[in-house]
Amino acid sequence: MADSRQDSGRSAVEDTFPKLLRMHARVRADRPAFRHKDRGIWQTWTWREVYDNVRAIALGLHKLGVAEGDKVAIVGANRPLLYWSLCAAQMLRATPVPVYADAVADELVHVLANADVKVAAAQDQEQVDKLLSIADRLPTLEHIVYDEDRGLRDYVQPNLSALDDIIEASAKALHSEASLGRSLDELIDAGRADDASIMLYTSGTTGRSKGVVLSAGRSVQAARDTVAFDGLTDRDEQLAYLPLAWVGDHYLNYAQALVAGSCVACPENADTVAQDLREIGPSFYFAPPRVFEAQLTRIMIRMEDASGLKRKMFDHFIGVARKWGEKILNGESVPVLSRLHYALGEFLVYGPLKNVLGYSNIRAAYTAGEAIGGELFSFYRSLGLNLKQLYGQTEAFLYVTAHANGAVRSDTVGPPAPNVDIRIADDGEVQFKSPGQFVAYYKEPEKTAETLTPDGYVKTGDAGFFDADGQLRILDRAKDVGKLKDGTIFAPKYIENKLKFFPNIKEAVAFGDACDFVTVMLNIELTAVGNWAERNNISYASYQELAGHRQVYEMIARHVDEVNASLAQEPRMAGAQIARFLILPKELDADDGELTRTQKVRRGFIAERYEPLVKGLYDGSKIADISTEVTFEDGRKGTISGRVAIVDLTRHGASQGSKAA
Amino acid sequence: MSGADDILLKVDNVSLSFGGVRAITDVSFDIRKGEIRAIIGPNGAGKTSMLNVINGFYHPQNGSISFHGQTRARMKPYEAASQGIARTFQNVALFKGMSTLDNILAGRALKMKSSFFWQMFRHGPALAEEIEHRKFCEEIIDFLEIEHIRKAPVGTLPYGLQKRVELGRALAMEPTLLLLDEPMAGMNLEEKQDMSRFIIDVNQHFGTTIALIEHDIGVVMDLSDRIVVLEYGHKIADGNPEEVKSDQKVIDAYLGVAH
Repeated sequence: MADSRQDSGRSAVEDTFPKLLRMHARVRADRPAFRHKDRGIWQTWTWREVYDNVRAIALGLHKLGVAEGDKVAIVGANRPLLYWSLCAAQMLRATPVPVYADAVADELVHVLANADVKVAAAQDQEQVDKLLSIADRLPTLEHIVYDEDRGLRDYVQPNLSALDDIIEASAKALHSEASLGRSLDELIDAGRADDASIMLYTSGTTGRSKGVVLSAGRSVQAARDTVAFDGLTDRDEQLAYLPLAWVGDHYLNYAQALVAGSCVACPENADTVAQDLREIGPSFYFAPPRVFEAQLTRIMIRMEDASGLKRKMFDHFIGVARKWGEKILNGESVPVLSRLHYALGEFLVYGPLKNVLGYSNIRAAYTAGEAIGGELFSFYRSLGLNLKQLYGQTEAFLYVTAHANGAVRSDTVGPPAPNVDIRIADDGEVQFKSPGQFVAYYKEPEKTAETLTPDGYVKTGDAGFFDADGQLRILDRAKDVGKLKDGTIFAPKYIENKLKFFPNIKEAVAFGDACDFVTVMLNIELTAVGNWAERNNISYASYQELAGHRQVYEMIARHVDEVNASLAQEPRMAGAQIARFLILPKELDADDGELTRTQKVRRGFIAERYEPLVKGLYDGSKIADISTEVTFEDGRKGTISGRVAIVDLTRHGASQGSKAA
Repeated sequence: MSGADDILLKVDNVSLSFGGVRAITDVSFDIRKGEIRAIIGPNGAGKTSMLNVINGFYHPQNGSISFHGQTRARMKPYEAASQGIARTFQNVALFKGMSTLDNILAGRALKMKSSFFWQMFRHGPALAEEIEHRKFCEEIIDFLEIEHIRKAPVGTLPYGLQKRVELGRALAMEPTLLLLDEPMAGMNLEEKQDMSRFIIDVNQHFGTTIALIEHDIGVVMDLSDRIVVLEYGHKIADGNPEEVKSDQKVIDAYLGVAH
């Protein structure tokens, strides 16, 4: 406790992340700072050890010529050494540039060339190979350092070294020459609030991605606000499994952890996250809606396979939770008997379920990135999981709005976060000013000027409005909101989200701007539909075959019809009911450019790529042929071709909408 | 060519028959230390029989086999195993109900030294030994990137992963010679690439000599240092991938020949 008071007294001083790290190494030297599961065992590093390692890496990078203002790329998954390399670059007043680990070579070239990267820290052989393959297109790249040496020992390239070797050599040097340590201290002291702390590339939903420059002082300040907002301390722990290059990871697992002094656990690898989550039992958690959705699907599928007694018990107590769970979580008054009933449910169902999911210790969980279905959101909250929504942007260093404990709703993203100022422009666009607000797009002053208003607000490009109790609601990207030929407002995301709330539908792409009616292309969710097929003795060999199955079409048609019924009830949307739909023979994939790396659909690109299908949707044909190129994970290409059925739907009358379901 | 020193295994004029069926007829070849040696040939050429002869499962009627320069007498598979010959099977042969970890630990059975008594109580030397073995297995799990299925019963795993677990179990024996019987059968392109990478890594990382049977000729050409080609139990070619590829007899064997 004394510690935390001491911290707040000093808070004005630490305006960069390396300074914060140094403070933690002093104040809570022996508290755990990082964990990583390696060879089946959780390894832990204390703040003192992390500080020493970061200093060693910083010295090594310094020897490689990294100096103030240089860029250091971080390519790989969430591993302690990569987080430390990131901090080490900041210690030298260089700017780290994390990159999506699954980016293909061409995407990497764009980012690394644009950022003038001098040194790259790569996770493993795969990433090193990728970097080497594009090295001739990156004139500024001088050196590559790597974490896992597996398969790399026989590489003879001169500009390649292992982080472990660097740490070992530098630690020795730091030990024998005190002057080296002093000059590092001076560098840390020299760090200033307006240093470029990090450069994060936008996901590129629209065109090529831009480098968002965030300053140290603003980043730290933004993190301080939200750490106070959620009451995070050095007793908190989180699992770092989000992509390093995404603002959410940098904010939640780096900035907040360095401000609060909480512990960051890195999973064994990307496939073990669910198990690692259970073992770590984090107290703070973030996941995009699709993770919660996939999880709920899995829970429901497994319950279907459970014995009758267990299923009855589950259904009964989930019913109880639906009725009272959210009220209890929000601190509303609930009859004593119902509280007891819920407590019994906690003992028999909710507690064990949360334990299996790794949610037992969570005090605050957030979701963001896209709309979350009301049902889905309520399900988790009713179990007693404090799930909240936030609305954020890379340009804001994440938080723009966030739900406060006790005032949470699924259809809003909450009131403005602490010290954030939001206004709605005349055209409905949401604009904000925030403590973590970005400085500029790297090397793109025109784009920066476009995004900022003259009085310093950031344009989000999202259309939204405040409802009566001051919570923000987001409709869609402002420029995506279009009109049908008859003038009805067409908000594609709004329709797509309604479709995606069905567990059987994975992705939806709606068309209709400047057309006579609305049409959609769908992806089915293989887990859910596959399970359903198994139960109904429907055999299939591939995604394509299942997607084209007559009975699957019938089932999906019922879902689309329900969406139409619900659209019919909203006066503004009734005209935008879905007239025709088809199920795509292939899953939309970021490798083919159909989704962004953050899994958002790129509508325009899809419309071009599946042009014959779009044509089919609008010319009234019952069948359309498509042949399209797919990219395998290694970059090779193949083609998928198929014949796709198109289904017509009867639209609901605006008045009788409620009856239709 | 090369001296006798770097020859790990030598097969001399081996013939094997089952009753009247001649599976292998007078085949000779050698495997050098540290190389990847492929045995290819059309169906029924005697490839798997050859592997079975090498690891002591079949006993040839004629000819001899020397391993590490020692010509062996009749031997049993477990003797071959304790000499450092490990293998995987054409049809995955794992303990389906056991976890990945336990399957790989089973590969350490020959390395366990502590007495049955201590093992019964899992105490003293047995415990220390088990920790050592577990450590070794964790290295393999890390190496093969199968952390996520460490505790999963192998029977529930997809085929490609089962093949990987089987390779893990063979590696647990720390073999000097690793025999792989169609390691990539039934795999998709991506799984094949992963498996190829693992085979190369095993070869380079641990210096393990590998003899493999494989039908995917592209993979074989990429992976192997030398290839021996069998047809109807006879050796028809032997050499590096280039030589084998241009050998008329091999082309005839694979594509057929007009008579």
